[in-house]
Amino acid sequence: MSALSERPLGAVVGAAVPHEAAALHVTGRALYTDDLVGRTKGVLHAWPVQVLAAHARVTAVRTDAATDVPGVVRVLTAADVPGVNDAGVKHDEPLFPDEVMFFGHAVAWVLGETLEAARLGAVAVEVDVEELPAVVTVRDAVAAESFQGGQPTLLRGPDVEEALAGSAHVFSGEFEFAGQEHFYLETHCALAQVDEDGQVFVQSSTQHPTETQEIVAHVLGLASSEVTVQCLRMGGGFGGKEMQPHGLAAIAALGARLTGRPVRLRLNRAQDITMTGKRHGFLAQWRVGFDDDGRLTALDATLTSDGGWSLDLSEPVLARALCHIDNAYWIPAVRVNGRIARTNKTSQTAFRGFGGPQGMLVIEDVLGRCAPTLGFTAEELRRRNFYAAGQDTPYGQPVRHADRLATAWQQVLDSSDFSARTASVEAFNASSAHVKRGLAITPVKFGISFNFTAFNQGGALVHVYKDGSVLITHGGTEMGQGLHTKMLQVAATALGVPLSRVRLAPTRTDKVPNTSATAASSGADLNGGAVKNACEQILGRLAQVAAEELHVPAADVRFVDGRVRGLDADGPSLPWEDVVRLAYFSRVQLWAAGFYRTEGLHWDSAAMRGEPFKYFAYGVAAAEVEVDGFTGAYRVRRVDIVHDVGDSLSPLVDLGQVEGGFVQGVGWLTLEDLRWDERTGKITTSSASTYKLPSFSEMPEDFRVSLLDAAHEDGAVYGAKAVGEPPLMLAFSVREALRQAAAAFGPAGTSVDLASPATPEAVFWAVEAARAAEGAHVRDGGSAPPQPQGPPIRPESERVLGQA
Amino acid sequence: MPSPSLTVNGRTVPLDGVPAHTTALDWLRESGLVGAKEGCAEGECGACSVLVARPGTTTPTRWTALNACLVPVLALDGQEVVTAEGLGTPDDLHPVQHEMAVRGGSQCGYCTPGFVCSMAAEFYRPDRAPGEPTPEHGANGFDLHALSGNLCRCTGYRPIRDAAYALAAPDADDALAGRQTRPAPAATPTDVPGFARPADLPAALALLAEHPDAVVVAGSTDHGVEVNLRGLRARQVVAIDRLPELHGVSVTDEVVEIGAAVTLSEVAARLDGAVPLLDLLLPQFASVLIRNGATLGGNLGTGSPIGDAAPVLLALDASLVLVSAAGEREVALADYFTGYRRSVRTAGELIRAVRIPQPQPGLVGFTKIAKRRFDDISSVAVAVGVDVVDGEVTRATIGLGGVAATPIRARATEEALVGARWPDVAAAADVLAGEGTPLDDHRASAAYRRAMLRQSLLKIAAAEVPA
Ligand SMILES: Cc1cc2nc3c(=O)[nH]c(=O)nc-3n(C[C@H](O)[C@H](O)[C@H](O)COP(=O)(O)OP(=O)(O)OC[C@H]3O[C@@H](n4cnc5c(N)ncnc54)[C@H](O)[C@@H]3O)c2cc1C
Ligand code: FES
Ligand code: FES
Repeated sequence: MSALSERPLGAVVGAAVPHEAAALHVTGRALYTDDLVGRTKGVLHAWPVQVLAAHARVTAVRTDAATDVPGVVRVLTAADVPGVNDAGVKHDEPLFPDEVMFFGHAVAWVLGETLEAARLGAVAVEVDVEELPAVVTVRDAVAAESFQGGQPTLLRGPDVEEALAGSAHVFSGEFEFAGQEHFYLETHCALAQVDEDGQVFVQSSTQHPTETQEIVAHVLGLASSEVTVQCLRMGGGFGGKEMQPHGLAAIAALGARLTGRPVRLRLNRAQDITMTGKRHGFLAQWRVGFDDDGRLTALDATLTSDGGWSLDLSEPVLARALCHIDNAYWIPAVRVNGRIARTNKTSQTAFRGFGGPQGMLVIEDVLGRCAPTLGFTAEELRRRNFYAAGQDTPYGQPVRHADRLATAWQQVLDSSDFSARTASVEAFNASSAHVKRGLAITPVKFGISFNFTAFNQGGALVHVYKDGSVLITHGGTEMGQGLHTKMLQVAATALGVPLSRVRLAPTRTDKVPNTSATAASSGADLNGGAVKNACEQILGRLAQVAAEELHVPAADVRFVDGRVRGLDADGPSLPWEDVVRLAYFSRVQLWAAGFYRTEGLHWDSAAMRGEPFKYFAYGVAAAEVEVDGFTGAYRVRRVDIVHDVGDSLSPLVDLGQVEGGFVQGVGWLTLEDLRWDERTGKITTSSASTYKLPSFSEMPEDFRVSLLDAAHEDGAVYGAKAVGEPPLMLAFSVREALRQAAAAFGPAGTSVDLASPATPEAVFWAVEAARAAEGAHVRDGGSAPPQPQGPPIRPESERVLGQA
Repeated sequence: MPSPSLTVNGRTVPLDGVPAHTTALDWLRESGLVGAKEGCAEGECGACSVLVARPGTTTPTRWTALNACLVPVLALDGQEVVTAEGLGTPDDLHPVQHEMAVRGGSQCGYCTPGFVCSMAAEFYRPDRAPGEPTPEHGANGFDLHALSGNLCRCTGYRPIRDAAYALAAPDADDALAGRQTRPAPAATPTDVPGFARPADLPAALALLAEHPDAVVVAGSTDHGVEVNLRGLRARQVVAIDRLPELHGVSVTDEVVEIGAAVTLSEVAARLDGAVPLLDLLLPQFASVLIRNGATLGGNLGTGSPIGDAAPVLLALDASLVLVSAAGEREVALADYFTGYRRSVRTAGELIRAVRIPQPQPGLVGFTKIAKRRFDDISSVAVAVGVDVVDGEVTRATIGLGGVAATPIRARATEEALVGARWPDVAAAADVLAGEGTPLDDHRASAAYRRAMLRQSLLKIAAAEVPA
C-alpha cells in the first residue's frame, strides 16, 4: 500500500454520506449561477442574434433598429472586441464570426434592461448573408473530403493484412451511430461584473474555470490576474461545460466592460441545443478476423468522427476512441485509423467517456453482430476474448488487474443468476409470439487519466481557523458528481477531524490558480491528492506543537476524530481545537496550499503509443429487456452491475455515479435521437419535447448495483478509483439485450443489425429484418476500409486524451 | 376589483404591473424564490414544479403540482402556492426533502426542488394508502406516475424512487395536510391590462366578442409553450379554466358530457371508469404535472394533428358543444377539423363541452406510438371502438392522430372491419396501413408510421378478445 493510498484509523473516506449540499438542494436553497441575478443590482441581459443558415458569409450586420427597441442598451459585435476575437484555444472559433458555420451560429449579441428587450432587440438586428454550400452529414464530409485536425493511426502486432488473410473467419461491415446532447438540466450561464479598476469577476457554470478565465482575458486583452472566475456549482456538466462556457463568459464579460454594468448571459434550452457542442457521432468501417475458437485475430478499422465546424476537443476525443476500441479484448493485430469530419454543425465536444464509449461501441457492435454467425452465444464470444494477465493494449500499456474483469464477470453471472435466467428467457420466447425477451452481459475496461501530461496536476488551499474550523478550496468544480463531498471526506480524513468541522468554499481562480478541467473522471484523484497534501503540511506543523504539549515525539502524534494524542490510544490527548489555538499563539502557519501531480504517465500522440493511463476501471453489466413485436417498444426489466471503483471514497456518491452513468448511457444508445435536417442543417430536435431524455420509464424495473470488493488501487488517493465516466458504458448490455430480443423473432442463429440509438422504431425494423431472416449486414471477407493518410495528431493539439 | 395578488409559502404578495405573459416561474425567481428552476420552459422537465391549492375531489383542497413555467402568474391571482423553500428548511426538512437528501436523490440538485414538489403532491394525496407494491406503486401507495413529468439527468432515478416509496403518511399535525381539509381559494375574477379572468361564461363571451383577437387560455399547457418558445404576446388573454359552465361532468344513459375546462386529472377521477377508452388514453397523456392543468377544450382548441384526445373522441363518435355570444351549437368532432390547425370554430366561440353518445362501443383499444413510454408526444395514435356480435364486427369507429393534417376517422378501415370475424383483422389492418398521408419527421419515418397503423390494429385485436 502506498502512502497516497493508505487509509488511517477512523478514516472519514469510505463512509456513505449524503451529498454535501443535499439539504440545500432539496430545500431550493442551493445557488446556481443564474440564481445570483436577483441578488445583483442593475443587471443587463444578453440575447444572441442567431443566423438561420448552415453556412454563409456575413456581408452586413445592421444594429440601428435594435438599438431603437425600448430597453436595448447595446449590441455587441466583432468591432467591440479589444483583444482576440476567439472563443477557444486553437484559434479556429471566432467569437463574433464573419462566416456562419452552422445553423443558429450567433454573430452578435444584444444587451437589454430585460430579457424581453434583449430578445426583441435581437429580432431587430439585420444580418445580410451570402449562403455557401454546406456539408451536413459525415458521409457528405467524407465524399467532399472535408476533414480537420490530425489523422492518427493505432498500429500493433503482426501485419493486419496478413493476420486477416490467415484468419479462419473474416467479416466486414459499417456502423454509423449518433452522438448525444448533454442536456444538463442547467443550461449555460455566466454573470459578469466589473470590479475596481476594470478587473472582471465572472461567475460561470464551467467545468474549467481556469480556461474560462484565460479566454475571457484574451478576448478582453487583459492579463489572467485581472480576471477572476468563480463556479458555485453546476446543474450538470457531463463534459458539455468543459470548453463551451468560455466564449459565453467572454461575451458577458465584454458586455460588462463596455457598459460598466453586470451582464447575465443564460442560454435557453433551444439556444443551448442549437449553439453548443455535443457528443460526437461516428462512422465506423471495419474488417475483423476470428479463429475457429472465436478468438479475435485482427481488427482493421477506420473511425470518422463528426467534429462539427471547429476542432474544439475533437482530436483528443478521437484519440481516446482509438485507445478504447479494444474495450476488454485482446486483439493481436490492430490497425485503426481515425479522422475528423468537418461539417456545418455545432462543434462537437467532450461528453462523459470522451470518445471511449464510441470506440468501445464499435467492438461491441462487431461482437454482437458476428456471434451468431460464428455459432457462439454473445456471452461466450465476449468471454473468450478477455484480456489475460500480462497482455497489453494496442498502444502498448500493460493491462494491469486484467483478472478483475473475469472476477466481476463471474460475480455478475452469479448474482444475476445468468444461466437460469437465460433458460427462462428462452422458455418465455418459445411460448410468446408477440413479445420477446433478451438477456445480455457486457464488460467495460476504461483508462483513467488526462493524457496531456501537464493536466495531471491538482491544487488546493486549506485553511484552519483559530477556532479549529477548517475551510477548503480546490481546483475542481462540482457538477453533481459529488467531488466536493469526497474532498470534504478527504480533508476530514487527512486532518483527523469530524466531517462537520470542514467546510468547502466554491471554486475560484483567485484561490487556486492554473487548475485543470474537472474532467476525465480525474477530479477526485487530482484534487484529492492536493487536499491531502495541504492537510499533511498543516498536520506536520501541528504535530510539532502537540508533541511538545504531550511530551511525545512529533512522529508519534496522531490526529483521530478531533483529538490529538500519542501512539497510545488510551494515553493523554488534546482536543483538536486546543492544538490549533496553541499553534496560533506559537505563530505557526495554519493554512497551506496543496499540490499533486500524477506520476508515471507517458504518451506519444504521433505514434499513438505509451502508457497514458494511471489505471483501468472495470465493470460488468447484465441486462434483460422485453420487446413488443408489434411496435418495437421495449422495457428494461432487470439490470445487475458490478463495478470497480477501487476502495470507494464515498459509496453513496459512487453508487449514484454508477446508476446515473448507466441510465445516461442507456439514453444515448436507445432513446436520445439527435436529428439534423440534412438539407438545411437545422437541428430538428432542439427542445425537450423533441429530444427525449430517459425518464422514470427507462429506469430498470429491478436495478441491482454493487461495487467490486477488494479493489484497492495503489496509485490513487486513499485507494479509490475514478468513477465519473466508466459506468456509462455498462449500458452496452441493454443494447445487446435488445439485439438478442429482436433476433428471437427470427429463426435460431439470426444475426441482427441494430441502429444506434435503438429507438422503438429502430428495434421494430430490426425485428422485421429478423422475421424475414435477413441477417446482419456483415459481409464475409470484404476489402480494407479507407486508409486516411493525413498527418498524426500534433502533440500541442493533443491537450488531453481524457476529459469529460 | 382589488389588485391581483398571490400567496406564496404563506405570504401574500401583490402582482401589480406584471405583464400578462410573465410566467409563474419567472415571477417567483424574480421575487427571490429561486428554488424552482427553468430546465426547458415547455413543461417537459418539471424543474419548475410548484404546489398550488386547488379544489379536490375527495378533500376540499388538494395540493396540486403544476409546471410554473407554463402558467401565467396572473392566472394564479388569489391562489396559494408552495415552493420547495416553503416545504422545509435545511434545519427542518420536510419528510419528502429528508428522504430525497439521505438516499442520494440529488446529485447536481438542479432538478431536485421540482421533484420535491411533485413528490410532496403525491405525499399529500388524500387517498394514497398502503397496498401491494407493483413496479409503479410503492407499498406506501405512492404512484410513480406522479413523477412522470420530472426529468433528472444525473441520478438514473432509482434513489428518487426509493425516496418516494419510503414516505410514511403525513403527520397528524402536518400543516399542509391540514390545509387540504379547508376549502380551496375560489377563482378570483381578474381584470388588468392584457389579462382578464371573467367571473362566468356570459362575461367571458362578452369579452371575446369585444376583443376578437383575444387569446383564450385554459390550463396554459399549450399556450405557455407558445409564449416561452415562440414569443407569443397576446394583446388580451382571457382565462377560462375556472368558468363554472365549463366544469360539468355528467353521465346518463344517452350521453356522457365533459366540461371543456375540466383538467384531465379531474376527468379521470370524476368519470370514474364511465368512458373506458379515456381510461386507456389518460395515463399515456403527457405527465401528471401537465394533466393537472391540461383540458380537453385546450387539446381540441389547438387543432393539433397530433393531439391525443381527438383520435379517442373520434372513435367514440363524440361531438363538441360550441358556444358564443350568439348561442350554442353542437358539431360532430368528425366535422370539426377543417385543415392543419383549423376548425369550424369561429372567433368568439368557445368549446363548452364534449359529448360522447351512449352506448359506447363494446370493445375499445388505444395505441400511442412514441419514443418514450412516459410523457412523450405521439408519432401515431390509433383509437378503436368496435361492437362484436357472435364473433362478427357489427360497428367500427377508428380515430387516427399523426397521419394527416388533422386527426381523422379511418373510414375505409371501418368499412373493411364491419362484417369481419373478430379478432381476425389482418385484412382490415392492411387497409388501415393505407389511411392518411404519414410524413417523415424527427419523431418517426413515414414508413414506420404506416407500419404502426397496421400493427396497432393487430395489437389491439390480439389484446381485446371478447369475454
Ligand atoms: C410537456 C407536454 C406534454 C404534452 N403531452 C401531450 C400528449 O401526450 N398528448 C396530447 O395530446 N397533448 C399533449 N400536450 C399538449 C397539451 O398539453 C394539450 O394540448 C392540452 O390538452 C392543452 O390544454 P390546455 O387547457 O392546457 O390548453 P391551453 O394551453 O390553455 O390552450 C390551448 C389552445 O386551445 C385554446 N382553448 C383552450 N380552451 C379552449 C376552449 N374551451 N374552447 C376553445 N379554445 C380553447 C386556447 O385558445 C389555445 O389556443 C403536451 C404539452 C406539454 C407541454
Ligand atoms: S422548466 Fe421544464 S417543465 Fe418547466
Ligand atoms: S440531480 Fe442533476 S438533474 Fe437531477
